[in-house]
Amino acid sequence: MSSQSNRLTKGGHINRANPLTFSFDNKIYQGFEGDTLASALLANGVRLMGRSFKYHRARGVLTAGSEEPNALVELRQGARREPNTRATMIELFDGLAATSQNRFPSLSFDFMSVNQLFGRFLVAGFYYKTFMWPSSFWESFYEKIIRRSAGLGRAAVESDPDQYDHSHGHCDVLVVGAGPAGLAAALSAGRSGARVILVEENPWLGGALNLQNDRIDDMPATQWIEAVSKELNALENVRVMSRTVLFGYYDGNVMGALERVNDHVAPPYSDQPRQRLWTIRAKEIVIAAGAHERPIVFDNNDKPGVMLSSAVRTYVDRFGVAPGKTVAIITNNDDAYLTAFQLHAAGIEVPVIADARVNPGDLVEKARELGIRVETDCLPHEAQGYLGVTNLLLQRSDGSLIEKIACDCIAVSGGYSPNVHLVSQSGVRPVWDEKILGFIPDTPIRAERSAGACKGTYDLAGCLGEGHEAGLAAAKAAGIAVAKSAVAPQAGPQPQSSIVAVWRSPGKGKAFVDFQNDVTAADIDLAHREGMVSIEHSKRYTTLGMATDQGKTSNVNGLALLARARGEDIPTVGTTRYRPPYSPVAIGAFAGHERGVHFQPTRLTAMHRAHERLGAVFVEVGQWLRPRYYPINDKETMTQAIWREADMVRKTVGMCDVSTLGKIEVFGPDAAEFLNRLYINGFAKLPVGKARYGLMLREDGHVFDDGTTSRLAEDHYFMTTTTANAAGVLSHMDYCAQVVWPELDVAFCSATEQWCGVAVAGPRARDVLTAAFDGAIDMSNEVLAFMGVKEFTWNGATARIFRISFSGELAFEVNVPWGYGEAMWESIYAAGKDFDLIPYGTEALGVLRIEKGHVAGNELDGRTTAQDMGLGRMMSSKKPYIGLPLSQREGMADEMRPRLVGLKPVDTKNRLRGGAHLVDDKNNATHETSLGWVTSVGDSPAIGSWIGLAYLKDGPNRHGERIFAVYPLKDEVVEVEICDPVFFDAKGERLHG
Amino acid sequence: MHRIDCPWCGVRDESEFQYQGDATVSRPKFKASEEAFFRYAYVRENPRGWHTEWWHHVGGCRQWVKVVRNTLTHEIHVTGTPADKLAHPRKVKSP
Ligand SMILES: [Zn+2]
Repeated sequence: MSSQSNRLTKGGHINRANPLTFSFDNKIYQGFEGDTLASALLANGVRLMGRSFKYHRARGVLTAGSEEPNALVELRQGARREPNTRATMIELFDGLAATSQNRFPSLSFDFMSVNQLFGRFLVAGFYYKTFMWPSSFWESFYEKIIRRSAGLGRAAVESDPDQYDHSHGHCDVLVVGAGPAGLAAALSAGRSGARVILVEENPWLGGALNLQNDRIDDMPATQWIEAVSKELNALENVRVMSRTVLFGYYDGNVMGALERVNDHVAPPYSDQPRQRLWTIRAKEIVIAAGAHERPIVFDNNDKPGVMLSSAVRTYVDRFGVAPGKTVAIITNNDDAYLTAFQLHAAGIEVPVIADARVNPGDLVEKARELGIRVETDCLPHEAQGYLGVTNLLLQRSDGSLIEKIACDCIAVSGGYSPNVHLVSQSGVRPVWDEKILGFIPDTPIRAERSAGACKGTYDLAGCLGEGHEAGLAAAKAAGIAVAKSAVAPQAGPQPQSSIVAVWRSPGKGKAFVDFQNDVTAADIDLAHREGMVSIEHSKRYTTLGMATDQGKTSNVNGLALLARARGEDIPTVGTTRYRPPYSPVAIGAFAGHERGVHFQPTRLTAMHRAHERLGAVFVEVGQWLRPRYYPINDKETMTQAIWREADMVRKTVGMCDVSTLGKIEVFGPDAAEFLNRLYINGFAKLPVGKARYGLMLREDGHVFDDGTTSRLAEDHYFMTTTTANAAGVLSHMDYCAQVVWPELDVAFCSATEQWCGVAVAGPRARDVLTAAFDGAIDMSNEVLAFMGVKEFTWNGATARIFRISFSGELAFEVNVPWGYGEAMWESIYAAGKDFDLIPYGTEALGVLRIEKGHVAGNELDGRTTAQDMGLGRMMSSKKPYIGLPLSQREGMADEMRPRLVGLKPVDTKNRLRGGAHLVDDKNNATHETSLGWVTSVGDSPAIGSWIGLAYLKDGPNRHGERIFAVYPLKDEVVEVEICDPVFFDAKGERLHG
Repeated sequence: MHRIDCPWCGVRDESEFQYQGDATVSRPKFKASEEAFFRYAYVRENPRGWHTEWWHHVGGCRQWVKVVRNTLTHEIHVTGTPADKLAHPRKVKSP
C-alpha cells in the first residue's frame, strides 16, 4: 500500500481518523473519509489519471469540481461499471475500485498515443473529411483505428441491477447552489417563511468559500457554514438537498434534478434507490450557480500537473493535499494570488507567479513580502515533461523567452466564467461583460434571478449581499410577506480585481482549448479558414464544448479564439446556447421504475387464471394479455394447436375470451341520433333487443373502427369497439358530444372493465350454454334469433347474451359483470365436457374470421375505405355521418384502389405470408409493379390449405385469376388464385342453426 | 411541464391530458362543401405565439378543455370550456 506522500500534515475538511482503502488500475491506495477519488489520488502522488479522447495524451485532473474534463474513470465493476465518471465528483468509500479508460495496454504506456503522430488526420472536422475519402480506406483502416482509439470508457454490458426513483418537489423559492450567495438567499427566503428548496451538487455546503481564510459575520467560514446549515435544517419550510444537481430548466419554472442517493457508498445498496430523479416546480428561482475558472491556452497546457488555480487552492484547503511539491503560478488576474498565499502558508514552494498584467496591483507587494517571486508582463510558453509536468517555460508577451522554471504542478487562472448554463436554458441570452471578461445573464424571462458569481460578482461581501436580496425578492414575488429589517450576512471588503485578456499565449505547439474533446487552438483557426465562421458551426465542426462537460472550462476561450480569427470582438461572435443536461444523467434515472414489466400496466381479463390453468400461451395485445392458443400437451406445436382449435369450433364447439373488446354504454334521448352520426350505417331504426354491425369513418373518409352495437332500450345502446381502438373511439365520442354537437342529449361511459365476455361458437354452442346456465335463458331461434340480444339473471347478477358470430358458426357472446367472469368461464367449460368443447385463442379466432372474410385490425389499417373492404353498401344514403363528405372524393371510391380479395395458393402445399406483395410477373417484383399486399393469413382446416385476405388493385374484378405473392424476406414466391374473401359457407346458413 | 386549469377539476398536471390540436377550427355543418371539410380535416395554421388548442382531460374528467397557450414560451394564458370564447393576450411575449 502506498503512503499518502502528498498529504499535508494538517488542515483539510477530511476525517483522518477514518482511513479508506481503494484501488485505481488494480493498485491499492489509502485515502480519508471526506476525500474525492481525485483528492485521494493526488494525496498518493498520482497525477496521471486518464488518456485524452482523440490523441490519447496523458492527462491529470484539471479541476476540483463537476466541470472536470480530464479525470474521467470507470467506476465500479461488472454490472455496476460506469464509464466517464468524474474523479472530482466521486466521494471516496472503502473498497472503491476505479480504472482508467481510453488507454491500451496501460495508462503509462499507451500504444494509441501514436495518434499524436497522425495528428494532422485528426484535425477539426476530421469525421466529415474522413468520410469523404474512398470507402475502402474507411472500412479497412480508419474505422478500425478510430473505433479503437476514440470514444471513452466502456459501459457495462449487463443490465443495470440498481433501482432509480422519481420524485416531485414543490416550493415557493428554489435556490440553485449552496455557496455564499445561495446560502444567503436560502436564509433570507427561509426566514421569511417561504417554502424553500436549496439544491447543492456537492455533499457539502459552502461552495467556493475558503475554509481557512474566509470570514463571515466575524466567524471563520467553517463555523458560519455550520451555523447556517443548522438554522436551515431547523426551519420546517426549508429543505436542503445536497449531492443533487439541477440539470435542466424547463417551461413552467420546472427544474430537473438528479439526487445521488447512494453513489457515495459501496454497493449493494440498502433498500434505497441508487439515484432519484426530481421534478421541482418553483414559483420563483434564485440561481446562485457560481463560476468556473478557465485555463490559459498555451503549448502543452494539458500535461498532468497543470491545474486550475482555484482547484489547487481547494485541494490544499478542503482536502489537505499538496497537488505538487513545487507549484508555479500563471495568471491574468488577482485570484491566483490567493492560491499562492495558501500554498505558501501550507509550506509548499511557489517558485514564481507569472502575471500577464503589466501593473497587477497591491497583491504583488504582499506576495513579494512573503518572499514569492512575481514576474509581470509574463506568459507561459510551454509546459514540459513526459507523463507529467517537470518544467515551465516563461515568455514575455512579445514572445521572447525568459527562463525555465522547475516545477511539478502549474496552477493556472485565466479568469472566471459565470455559470450561465441554467439561465441560458431558460432562453436568456448571456451578454458579454468586458470588465470581468465573461458572459453574464441578461434580463430574466422566467421567474428567476441570479446572484453572486454566476452574474459576475466575485467578492464575498457582494455575493452575500446579492444572495440575501435575491432570496427576499424571490419570496416576495412568490407572495410571501417579507420583513424589511432582514440583514445580510457580512464579510470584509475585498480589493477590486483587474483582468487582462490572454486567450492564446504565443506558441506553435499543441495548445488545448477543450480538453475533453481534444480541441486545440489550431483547430479553431483551421475551422475558421475552412469557412466555419458562425460560433454554432465552429462548435459542431471542431466539437468544441460538445463533450459531456458541456464546455464548462472551454467555451469562452474557444469563442474568444474564433473572435480573434474573425478579427471581431467577442459580443459580435456571441455564445452558443446551452441545453440540458448540465451534467450527464444516467438513462436509468430517467427510466426510474418504469422498465421491464413495469414499463406499462399489464391488463388481465377476469378469466386470466382459468386460461393459466388450461396451459394457455399468451400474446400481448396492446396492454392486454390474451390466450393465443391452448396446447394440449408439450408436443403439440403452435401450428397444430391452432389448426385443431379452428377445426373443433366448426365440428363441435369452442369458447373464447372476448373481454378485451372496447365496450361503451350510451344513454339518452338523443343516443340514437348520436350513433347515427358516428356510424356509416343507421342505428336509429334498430329495434330494442337487436344488435347490428357498425362501421365508423374518420373525418377524412377512411375507416376508423368497427364493432357490434346493440339496443337495450329506446334510450340505451351498448357499443363495442375493437380492442386496439377502444380508447381512441371513446375520445372521438367525447369530442363529438362535447365540441361538435353539444345540443344532443346523450351520455356515455366506458364499460370495458365492467363487463367481461365469452364467445361460444360451434354447432353445439346452444347445448353447452343451456347446460351452463341451467336453463336461465331460452336460446331458441324463436326467442333469440340471429342478432338478437337478451338480458337474464345468472347467480343473482345481470347477464347479457348476444347472438352474434365472428366465426360464422352458431354462436353467442355472453357478458357478465367483471367479477363473475372466472365463474362463468368455469361453468361453461364444465358444461362443455359433454359436448367436446375446446377453448380457443386469438390465432384460431383469426383463422375462423379469415375463412368468413371478416375484416379485423390488419385490414383496418387507417388507409382503407369502406368500399376497399367491400362494405360500401353499408354507407347510408339517408343520413349524414362523420366522414361522409370526404369519402365522396373522387379518389376514395376509385375501382383501381387496392380492394379486399381472398387468396388461395395454387399448390395447396404452399403457405402464405402476411405482408407479401402481389405482382403479375414474378420476375418483375418491385415497388412500382406491386398490385397490393396480403393482410391476413391462416392455415384453414375448413378449406384444407392456407388462405389469405389481401388488398389488390381492382381485386373484385379479378376473381379466378392467378398472380404471385412475393416475400423477399424469405425469398419466397407463391402462385395464388384470387377469390371471393368469403371462403366458407358463403350463404351464411350455419350461423342460423 | 404544464399545469392546466381544468374548468371542471381545477389545476392538474399535464400528464393527465392529451394534446388534441387546433381549437380554432370547427367542424362545418353536414351540408357544407367538400372544400370546407377538406380545410377542416387537413389545413392548420402553425402560429408562433398565442394559440387556442384542445387538451383532452383524458386522465381526469374526460372533458375537452380549451387552452390558450404560447407556442414560443409555453405559457398558458387562460383555459375554458368548449363553449367559451377565449381571447388572446394583447401583447405577445417574446423570449
Ligand atoms: Zn377535468
